[in-house]
Amino acid sequence: MASGSSERALARAWDSDIAYSFRSSPLTMAAAAFTALYLLGAMLAPWIAPQDPFDLKQLDLLNAFLPPVWEVEGKAGFLLGADDQGRDVLSTILYGSRVSLLVGFASVVLAMLLGIGLGLISGYAGGAVDAFIMRVADVQLSFPAILIALLIDGVTRGLISAQRHEELAVFVLVISIGLSFWVQYARTVRGLVLVEKNKEYVLAARVIGLPPALIMLRHVLPNVLGPVLVIATINLGVAIITEATLSFLGVGVPSTQPSLGTLIRIGNDYLFSGEWWITIFPGAALALLVLAVNLLGDWLRDALNPKLH
Amino acid sequence: MIAFVLRRLLQAVAVMLVVSLISFALFNFVGDPINNMVGQETTLDERAELRRQLGLEDPIPLRFARFIGNALQGNLGVSYRMAEPVGRLILSRLPATLELSLAAAVFALLVGVPMGVYCGLYPRAPLARLFQAVSLVGVSLPTFLIGILLILIFAVHLNILPSFGRGEAVALGWWTTGLLTAAGLKALILPAITLGLFQMTLIMRLVRSEMLEVLRTDYIKFARARGLSNRAVHFSHALRNTLVPVITITGLQLGAIIAFAVITETVFQWPGMGLLFIQSVQFADVPVMASYLILIALLFVIINLVVDLLYYAVDPRLRLDRPGKAA
Amino acid sequence: MAMLRHARAGVWAALLLAVGGSLAEAKPFRFANDGDVGSMDPTFRNETFQLTFISNIYEALLRRDRNLKLEASLATEWKQVEPMLWRFKLRQGVKFHDGTPFTADDVVFSVNRAATAPSNMTGYFASLKEVRKVDDSTIEFETKVIDPLLDQKLVQIYILSKPWAEKNGASKSTDVTKPAEENHATRNANGTGPFVLKLRDPGVKTVIAPNPNWWDKAEHNLTEVTFSVIQNDATRVAALLSGEIDFIYTVPPQDTERLSKADNTKIMQGPETRVVYLGFDQARDELQESNVKGKNPYKDVRVREAFYRAIDIEAIKTRVMRGQATPVALMVAPGINGYVKELDVRPKYDPDAAKKLLADAGYTQGFETGMDCPNDRYVNDEAICQAVVAMLARIGIKVNLLAQTRTKYFAKILGPGYNTSFYMLGWSPASTYDTHNVFEQLLQSRNPAAKKGAFNVGGYSNPQLDALADKLEQEVDKAKRDAMIADAHKIFQKDFANIPLHQQALIWSMRKNIDAVQLADNSFPLRFVQVK
Repeated sequence: MASGSSERALARAWDSDIAYSFRSSPLTMAAAAFTALYLLGAMLAPWIAPQDPFDLKQLDLLNAFLPPVWEVEGKAGFLLGADDQGRDVLSTILYGSRVSLLVGFASVVLAMLLGIGLGLISGYAGGAVDAFIMRVADVQLSFPAILIALLIDGVTRGLISAQRHEELAVFVLVISIGLSFWVQYARTVRGLVLVEKNKEYVLAARVIGLPPALIMLRHVLPNVLGPVLVIATINLGVAIITEATLSFLGVGVPSTQPSLGTLIRIGNDYLFSGEWWITIFPGAALALLVLAVNLLGDWLRDALNPKLH
Repeated sequence: MIAFVLRRLLQAVAVMLVVSLISFALFNFVGDPINNMVGQETTLDERAELRRQLGLEDPIPLRFARFIGNALQGNLGVSYRMAEPVGRLILSRLPATLELSLAAAVFALLVGVPMGVYCGLYPRAPLARLFQAVSLVGVSLPTFLIGILLILIFAVHLNILPSFGRGEAVALGWWTTGLLTAAGLKALILPAITLGLFQMTLIMRLVRSEMLEVLRTDYIKFARARGLSNRAVHFSHALRNTLVPVITITGLQLGAIIAFAVITETVFQWPGMGLLFIQSVQFADVPVMASYLILIALLFVIINLVVDLLYYAVDPRLRLDRPGKAA
Repeated sequence: MAMLRHARAGVWAALLLAVGGSLAEAKPFRFANDGDVGSMDPTFRNETFQLTFISNIYEALLRRDRNLKLEASLATEWKQVEPMLWRFKLRQGVKFHDGTPFTADDVVFSVNRAATAPSNMTGYFASLKEVRKVDDSTIEFETKVIDPLLDQKLVQIYILSKPWAEKNGASKSTDVTKPAEENHATRNANGTGPFVLKLRDPGVKTVIAPNPNWWDKAEHNLTEVTFSVIQNDATRVAALLSGEIDFIYTVPPQDTERLSKADNTKIMQGPETRVVYLGFDQARDELQESNVKGKNPYKDVRVREAFYRAIDIEAIKTRVMRGQATPVALMVAPGINGYVKELDVRPKYDPDAAKKLLADAGYTQGFETGMDCPNDRYVNDEAICQAVVAMLARIGIKVNLLAQTRTKYFAKILGPGYNTSFYMLGWSPASTYDTHNVFEQLLQSRNPAAKKGAFNVGGYSNPQLDALADKLEQEVDKAKRDAMIADAHKIFQKDFANIPLHQQALIWSMRKNIDAVQLADNSFPLRFVQVK
């Protein structure tokens, strides 16, 4: 198939381009290495963490507030100290990162799927459908993510029982954050679709009678994935931060299964009392993670921006 | 033009209705205000009676209709927590939030634009890389942590800036301003930086990438070919072209700033609407929460409308539904 | 004659204040709390901080001294002349801040205002039949039943000026159910107290200044007091450390050490009269939140004892509370009438014994239970619950903790639903300082008609304890009454009805140049504050 081979050629060119700009930026490589390491650490947490902080049987309150191991009162097995419940800080970071990354990735994927789908439909269908979707997007865009998340969280808290809500907290967060981010994708995809749909290859596909859904998925979608990926990378950082912020506002995961944001919020109370490690280590972990993800996003944006070549 | 404005206004009304319905429905779920309103020994019968008198037992549609009916007459009810008319309460907090938000926006622009220009002009300079890395910290740490760290450094250790409040505010009619006293201006610094840091990063990155793009266009190449100085090319040609999207984004971000002020105001005890809102959420002070959300929605609707109209006025060629720049 | 003497005393006091005020070096004073005073209306909310702040502006017939003992305030003498009749002599020559004289009519008016809805203080007057003016300097209270504690209750009932309230449409208490009707007394105040309201910015700050015409001699040396609301714990502590604030009323326990060691700040602490405890649902036949079906494990005293013994209260005290708590074994704390020191002995912490008790009760594998906990009500409430969850996990109990804001929490666990299986609550009999209040509200069988056991969330019920509590309500002989209270404590302990945890410590922190008097009921009268 002609279109298939041209696609493959395109992909090859893309790859080499990206590979080149990747190789030429040590910062990007460092960010990528860090992100990979971080993901690995979070995934392997049950095997590498000294303690399972979610398993209450392993906790001893008498270990609470142990300083990092290099300080005088530090204790072996608590490399980065212990928090107010006697949880090993390193372990809570590893486990907490799982929660944060899960919320981050899942909400970005949700926003992406929703945004791409609606964007494709909006751009391709045009007319009343387009107008409706875009007006909904306007409404949505006029509300900052944090308020939307607060609203959704409030509504779900009302709809499901409180105990169930604790179990479902992660999903609620994913939906709250995901729903507040879809507009960017939808608008971007729609704009690109408007450009692409009048291009000859799409017209040709239409002429030979391919159904619109197929055209969109097979021909238009691959061409809009680049910019979408850029937004997604940047959004991943924002989503993780949003989760942390929501936790500060009291809308988050239960404190017995803390995310990085919850850890920082808890540790915040101990900044003045000298137990800096409870908040500084999770804070640094969060900052480095988001920084690395953002650097990758920056690089991706520049590398994929045709106007810069 | 008239048709366009009318359509926008209609949409605005629809948005307002939806928002008020959602926010109102939400209040059923935030908890029972009664237990906050009474002392520990109030009997359960008395609690039930108070609940009945407040109309909390009535069906939701009735309560909503009553709320909208009163609101249209300018009566937003009385705060459960403070026993004050909500309208006056919110109005008295509005100036603080608006001043803080504007200060944050100005900070973001004044710092973000020059940094972005520099990074756009000299993308490979070490300083540009430093700017980029440092600015990313603004989006890599949660606002509340940045705020606390600033307080720790500037209020507790250096003892040069206040840690909370608005300093000294001067009343100008119903408006109160902290911009006219030294104490008020000093109190504004830390909250404005905390709130503006995120937008600053956004603007810096936007300006940088716009500059990079514009500098590669034929238009600039042509200007250079005409022998214009670097300075003239950079500032009167390139920057000017960059600023249109920047101003648009900043305008749209103003809404986000006002919303994010909730967190900054909580950390710095800034007596604005956001703080009032959070306190009301904790108390389940329904009239205040409802009014705040509706007011915020109104603000956003107005901001959006103004931005759209400006678009229309500035550049009629622009398609009105032009996709927003990915931030 | 007595009248005249008191009038003269008032004049002298005013003169002394005027002279003293100019001699001693007087200072402004700035303090902060995490929450605001709800309103300036004295009957707006029955809550400690609200009432203690208002007591600087308004006064009651009686007040408490530095040792919490009753002393004369707007009344000079008082007596229970008959079992159901109290008589009060009023202080003469006192003036309200606006200059109107204080009269017997003001007292009758203010008591009736407080006793009538929408006042939040009506609970204090369940026994009141009538308050009446005998003559210009005498007031009588007639009660429906014998009420030996009426004088204690009157400390919280502040006196407004009748003409002022009527002129400004504040003759009834603030009614939040009436939209768009602001009560004049919400933002304005006109009392007889040591301070005059200067500025009220709700939720932000309130400024008061000394009353130059106060009838009593001022012990404070303040020129102006600014009260600011700083909600965020870290910010409030920062403001104290940086010297922007002289005093903070609510101190996060984890910061006490830092504040006690810092160069410019110190802390003041003592046990509070509130007891924080855990309770079980013992009423339902099957728990709402548990995997045990068909029966309620908490009906078995062995299970309750097992829970009790599994909790390491010392660890909670040293780690979670940073030493800022006093473990208790009774539902009342020292300082409350009816506290018995000999009985305040906790059963030993012993997880092995706990496991054995569970096994004896037929729960060798433990079981699963829900737990409700507030996260913004008591000091470190959520952290305490988390610690308890971890401790119970060790004896095989899986606890599903639900920590919520007080708004949602109380809506869930309080009546009429009492929707909880295992919960945390704190209680202080601050209205009477007597144990009977605890029995009546928390431990007597629920009986809405008789207004008993309304806050007995777990539905504990023991007829012996019910009978004792009813009897001691009417008992006037102190020795007999104390013996009955001790018996009731023993029943409570034998039944392991609840798990009392501790009295949380009252912690205040201030700059080193501040002197204050800390009262065990957490009231903070500014008339005892000195700035050096």
